[in-house]
Amino acid sequence: MADSFLKSFKNIIKKSKNGFIINAENIAYKDLNRIIRELVKNDKDHTYFSEDSGRSEIIEIQKVLGQRYIGDGIQENIKIVLKGTPGNDLAAFMDGPQIEIFGNAQDASGNTMNSGKIIIHGNAGDITGYSMRGGEIYVRNDVGYRSGIHMKSYREKFPVIVIGGRAGDFLGEYMAGGIVIVLGLNTNDFCRSNSFIFKKNEAVGNFVGTGMHGGVIYIYGDIFENKLGKEIIKSELEGSDKAVLEKYISNYFNYFSLHYNLDYNKFIKLEPYSKRPYGNLYAY
Amino acid sequence: MNLNLKYKSGYRVPSGCAVFGVINESGRVFNGEMVINAISMMHDRSNGLGGGFAAYGIYPEFKDYYALHLFFDDSLARKETEVFFQKVFKIKYAEDIETGKNNNIKNPPIIARYFVVPKNIITVSEELKELDINNESDYKSAEEEFMARFVTDFNYGSNNAFIISSGKNMGVFKGVGYPEDIGHFYKLDNYKGYLWTSHGRFPTNSTGWWGGAHPFGFLNWSVVHNGEISSYGTNKRFVNDYGYKCSFSTDTEVLTYLFDLLVRKHNISIYLINYILASPLWSDIELFPEEIRDIFKTLRIIYSRALVNGPFSIIVGNQDYMYALNDRIKLRPLVAAKNKDYSFVSSEESSIRKVCPSPDRVWFPDGGEPVLFLLNKKGKKPEIEHSPVEYLNEYFSSNMCKDKQKVV
Repeated sequence: MADSFLKSFKNIIKKSKNGFIINAENIAYKDLNRIIRELVKNDKDHTYFSEDSGRSEIIEIQKVLGQRYIGDGIQENIKIVLKGTPGNDLAAFMDGPQIEIFGNAQDASGNTMNSGKIIIHGNAGDITGYSMRGGEIYVRNDVGYRSGIHMKSYREKFPVIVIGGRAGDFLGEYMAGGIVIVLGLNTNDFCRSNSFIFKKNEAVGNFVGTGMHGGVIYIYGDIFENKLGKEIIKSELEGSDKAVLEKYISNYFNYFSLHYNLDYNKFIKLEPYSKRPYGNLYAY
Repeated sequence: MNLNLKYKSGYRVPSGCAVFGVINESGRVFNGEMVINAISMMHDRSNGLGGGFAAYGIYPEFKDYYALHLFFDDSLARKETEVFFQKVFKIKYAEDIETGKNNNIKNPPIIARYFVVPKNIITVSEELKELDINNESDYKSAEEEFMARFVTDFNYGSNNAFIISSGKNMGVFKGVGYPEDIGHFYKLDNYKGYLWTSHGRFPTNSTGWWGGAHPFGFLNWSVVHNGEISSYGTNKRFVNDYGYKCSFSTDTEVLTYLFDLLVRKHNISIYLINYILASPLWSDIELFPEEIRDIFKTLRIIYSRALVNGPFSIIVGNQDYMYALNDRIKLRPLVAAKNKDYSFVSSEESSIRKVCPSPDRVWFPDGGEPVLFLLNKKGKKPEIEHSPVEYLNEYFSSNMCKDKQKVV
């Protein structure tokens, strides 16, 4: 820690056997994020390696509370463990790291994320996976409104969100690519999803896939037709769908040490009618 | 002068805003430190152009008097106001509101409070003569009506003195600055209340001035608001038809009057308010079973001009409860939590966990789904009417709704 900036925070940074432990209590988000960047920069030779995560360095941040922008824009192959409640825009523009949160995430986690993983042992707020470009997000329980809004895929970039509990309204709004899987299993009633007037027994809220023109949403169980945005249709599951589902759902079970016997025939698949629903809009 | 700022047009910046509220449902009082601590977690949501607090239960020694908090431009405005007040009110007690020095709080107005009751309202007010006053409760509601008219008229006709708070045993403390600075400026650790709401402002469509900070106080109501009311014009004209005049150049003000109009004057259950302000979409209403569909249709049609459009999350305080509501499609954040007899609502979960690290329960209310925390009075259970939400949930959980909705 030759850097003078890091030195000024030496009281809150400890070395651990495979990286660093930071006590983030009352640390401003700007300082905390700079500490993370400096630590990553200083460990270019990858002194630390975790076989468990396949990542070169583990930065554990304790007592995280409301600090925004954690992990934003980082392009190194590191692992960040967060204990507490990180603030908004977690992992925005992130390109590589794995972030594991033991707590709930707030709004806009994985905003425009390019690659890497976010594993949330709790709930996530609104617009989770907002404009996500690549990487994977696993949420143990529920997510708020507008998850996966405008996520898209391009060539090898393929974003995936797995939601163990329920999703609020506008799931996959304007979605242009990637996969969203909603299991509706592990809910703690955090988000009552369906318009609350209706009985709260479905995995998703209203207006699923409104404006969607790419990608696919899988939902475990059936849903009422009136909940679907008018741009999407339900289609049959094929063999390749099952392989995809099995891959990501087994990841989900592994990360959270859960196991459910799922009947894969119970999944429904939602896809857009058209890849260019507005191709002719304003064109005449 | 600060107050005159309201006449200048503001610049525009993308919005944030933070709201936080806490109630002890057993009515136990606590000082303002907790709420300052919580709202300061969301410092970055506001930009220093407004912060404020509302507190209930803070004036037990004057609980039968209206506590008027006023901002004055100068001592002349104060003098004129006091002369006027003496004609209208019996003033039990008056004083400057104690403030501390805070380098971040610039050019505060003169801030004072008056504990008052109107002198005989019939002799003072010509308009109220027509009212049929037969007993004490008639008189009480006539007195409230008198106060309501007095406060709106006073603020509407003034540009150098404003009544920012006019309830009983409650008060609003607000100004231009970050909320934590405003909280310390007013020395809120010296006040003890059972319900506190707070706001950090990031003004978008109007200027940050002392009167325009949140909460908005009107009789016992206080409202803090994150968002913007696209239907402001419609709502403003609607309440104006009932005599409410908007004077603070900020959209949130109209919400305060909507609550007063609907709950106090039209006697609509607080359990139904969300179906008016954030009414279900017509497409939802169409799916309701016929016998309750009519209720929602009726509410929407009668109160079409009270529908609040645009993104909002609000926390409303009252002597009896704390109420929070999101717009129908949830364009602003709102988190609620409960821990024993404390209940919280906030823009961010982290601010709740700052003051209550592990609540019994944390949840996101849906768009248009109200959160209502009632005060239990002296061990007496509050008289809860059957909530329409419970009713409808029961209704929809039965098979009746299934034939209305086609399964895909």
